[in-house]
Amino acid sequence: MKARRETVRRREGASPSRTGWKDRLNAWLQHHRLSAADSLVRVLDNPGSSLLTWLVIGIALALPVGLNVALDNVSQVSAGWESPAQISLFLQDRVDDESARAFEEELVSRKDIRETRIISREEALEEFRTLSGFADVLASLEENPLPDLMLVTPAADLDEPAVSALRAELQTRTEVAEAVLDMQWLQRLNSLMELGRRLVMAVGGMLVIGVLLILGNTIKLGIESRRDEIVIVKLVGGSNGFVRRPFLYTGLWYGVGGGFLAALLVSAALWFLEEPIGELALLYESAFQLRGLGVMGALNLVILGGMLGLAGAWLAVSRHLVHIEPR
Amino acid sequence: MITFDRVSKRYEEGHDALREISFRIDRDELVFLTGHSGAGKSTLLRLIMLMDRPSRGQVIIDGQNLATVRARGIPQHRRGIGVVFQNHQLLFDRSVFDNVALPLIIAGYDHRDIGRRVRAALDKVGLLSRERALPITLSGGEQQRVGIARAVVGKPKILLADEPTGNLDPVLSAEIMKLFEDFSQVGVTVLIASHDLILISRLRHRIITLRQGCLVSGSAL
Repeated sequence: MKARRETVRRREGASPSRTGWKDRLNAWLQHHRLSAADSLVRVLDNPGSSLLTWLVIGIALALPVGLNVALDNVSQVSAGWESPAQISLFLQDRVDDESARAFEEELVSRKDIRETRIISREEALEEFRTLSGFADVLASLEENPLPDLMLVTPAADLDEPAVSALRAELQTRTEVAEAVLDMQWLQRLNSLMELGRRLVMAVGGMLVIGVLLILGNTIKLGIESRRDEIVIVKLVGGSNGFVRRPFLYTGLWYGVGGGFLAALLVSAALWFLEEPIGELALLYESAFQLRGLGVMGALNLVILGGMLGLAGAWLAVSRHLVHIEPR
Repeated sequence: MITFDRVSKRYEEGHDALREISFRIDRDELVFLTGHSGAGKSTLLRLIMLMDRPSRGQVIIDGQNLATVRARGIPQHRRGIGVVFQNHQLLFDRSVFDNVALPLIIAGYDHRDIGRRVRAALDKVGLLSRERALPITLSGGEQQRVGIARAVVGKPKILLADEPTGNLDPVLSAEIMKLFEDFSQVGVTVLIASHDLILISRLRHRIITLRQGCLVSGSAL
């Protein structure tokens, strides 16, 4: 009997304070605007400590991102060497010019070979003489020790195993003394690059965790310094979400600022390196140009910073805010 | 409007703050809650605010049994109650206006609506001219009136006050009490905890007296 009376009363009691979902949405959006603006003002009001926080985040993000940009550039350079791979065929001594040419024609007509070039033993000797500086020594030799060489360029659509198979097949030909696919140094470079990439990922991961902890700690200090305010807000009916919002925005602003600084730092470093690298490329007669972050990269960095900021703030808020209750 | 049904509160360390308290306060009533410090006045108010839960018994506010209010519902519950604290609990880095506006911002009122309501509440407590001031520049009595304006700005059905005249001289105390009487006349249920017996006995309202956690007089259930 009593219970029934209570439920009836409760319904009456609840109705006047009910507002439409549109009003509630507007109120929610309005508070987001207010919190965003308010926390931005708070961050900008302490330019010294905010700048420090931004710098810490910026440097922590710039390090792995900068290394990654460097790796990208190296792989861009090595991509130019990687294909087409070349197979060097050292021909048997007994193969004369005639049969060498016939062999070459046969190879060129194959679909898996794009082009071939013969470097005769005389040409090779001449080249060796001019480049090595052993002209006198070579002149004293009675006969040319060098073999005829045929450089075979496989078709462009051949992948690495196919090229290796081609080399093995050419090795079995009677005209060929030795078929060499000189890809080992490239493979070494590639595995070094892979190692570098993993290292960057590991360092980046650790730095990201560091950024989260730093931000979490900064937000935690902010929460502590506004403890009284939080208690009062909770006393007059502020929900956890309401109390949480300004701190999340504070984290967002720290993160966005840090990401922006990181983009700036990486760009500055690239600008600093651009000239010597350009000179180096010129010396190697390469058309290599340093590839920077780009607008999208910088934007992504800012977004990444913002998300880290939010996450760090969330970490702090979820750990510390629930424990602040009116006593 | 406020019903306590055999409510007991025992704290973890074994201290009984309230024992088997039962009473009922109707709409637009003004009731004083009195007793020595430690008699359980604050605990009783805390139970209404859901800052604590009773160990036994039921508290029913505006038809709702508070035992059914989960943690998520507490903010909503508190928005329906205006509270005046002894130590004011004002935000000292915000203006008087912003302090009073806080409950309305939390409840999500439109900002034009907020301006109108805040000024009406400040006008009611006689502080309309001080809306831009910081609370620290106000006297104790004025700070208390800011606290009252904040408590009533959302037009709550229930107004609680914990020693609202605790630090004020008799003249100011009488003024503050007069304000509370005005609110009860417009349909607000007012419950004031106070140990200022001389003042409250002059005012001719029901007095609930607690002694060591027990209700000794003023029950109406």
